[in-house]
Amino acid sequence: MSFHFTEEQIKRYSRHIILPEVGGVGQKRLLDAKVLVIGAGGLGSPSIYYLAAAGVGTIGIVDFDVVDFSNLQRQILHNTSRVGIPKVESAKMTIEALNPDVKVIPYNQKIDKSNVLDIIKDYDIVLDGSDNFPTRFLVNDACYMLGKPLVSAAILRFEGQLTTFDYRNRETSPCYRCLFPEPPPPGLVPSCQEAGLLGVVGGIMGTLQANEALKLILGIGEPLVGKLLVFDALTTEFRTVKLRKDKKCNLCGENPTIKELIEYDQACEVHF
Amino acid sequence: MQIDKELDLKGEVCPFTFVKSKLIIEQMDTGQVLRVILDYKPSVENVPKSMEMEGQEVLAVNQIGENLWEVLVRKVK
Ligand SMILES: [Zn+2]
Repeated sequence: MSFHFTEEQIKRYSRHIILPEVGGVGQKRLLDAKVLVIGAGGLGSPSIYYLAAAGVGTIGIVDFDVVDFSNLQRQILHNTSRVGIPKVESAKMTIEALNPDVKVIPYNQKIDKSNVLDIIKDYDIVLDGSDNFPTRFLVNDACYMLGKPLVSAAILRFEGQLTTFDYRNRETSPCYRCLFPEPPPPGLVPSCQEAGLLGVVGGIMGTLQANEALKLILGIGEPLVGKLLVFDALTTEFRTVKLRKDKKCNLCGENPTIKELIEYDQACEVHF
Repeated sequence: MQIDKELDLKGEVCPFTFVKSKLIIEQMDTGQVLRVILDYKPSVENVPKSMEMEGQEVLAVNQIGENLWEVLVRKVK
């Protein structure tokens, strides 16, 4: 193993290098890693920020929205002067100011059936921080088909959820459809009035997504596979629910019916 | 004793004396010996201590001049 760090990199990553579990070898792994983040919003902001600070060398960001004032309560990659510009551009500026070692690849487009496989295929890990079910199902199915680890998080009101689907081991890892076989019917999707959110919940869950990604890259600890972590901001409590692989799952079960990508309709477009 | 690699860390302070020593030792082969030159007194204690915590073998810590020390470390893992 050989690597070369500049004086600036030695200083920047010294707290990593000192860790016996990371060292120069681990830092090199981080710099060589490619992580794709879906959504540069409440979850993507902290995950992208920490991945960039950690020196993850390539970060792809998918988002087709522009920065709005209503984002700034929690989306810490953006700021007041960026209102009106594409979120991926704003994210790129913030990351480049933080760490020039990171190559940001912006995808200022809606992810759909036609582009999802192409976008995901070159990355090592995918983080889902999207805000709608059609994207979640599409990204999940694509990651499953390509065998990419997917770190999934969701936030609403005072609650956050997190789990990792390790599709490098498709025989043992549950999948997103084991948990949610189909998108919920339109009536069950929270309406615009119900879509309140304490901003910090995104910070906590997004940061945990970054933690999962870093562990996967470094090959240390245990990823949150087969477990759903649920966070309640009001009680400051975490609980873990066991996730089982469903033998009848339409995607990863014994007789799968889903062989190609499915594009669901968005019931209610909630853009914050 | 055979020295396989030498690292002059004059002018460096903690924690970078250890960080730079570790980066070199990670790239050496097991059994090889690294000689580190230090002129920052706290590092003379900290570098050997941290190396031992990482599982390396500290062979010697010697004062070799006025405000100048050498630390000899054998790579174990
Ligand atoms: Zn499944």
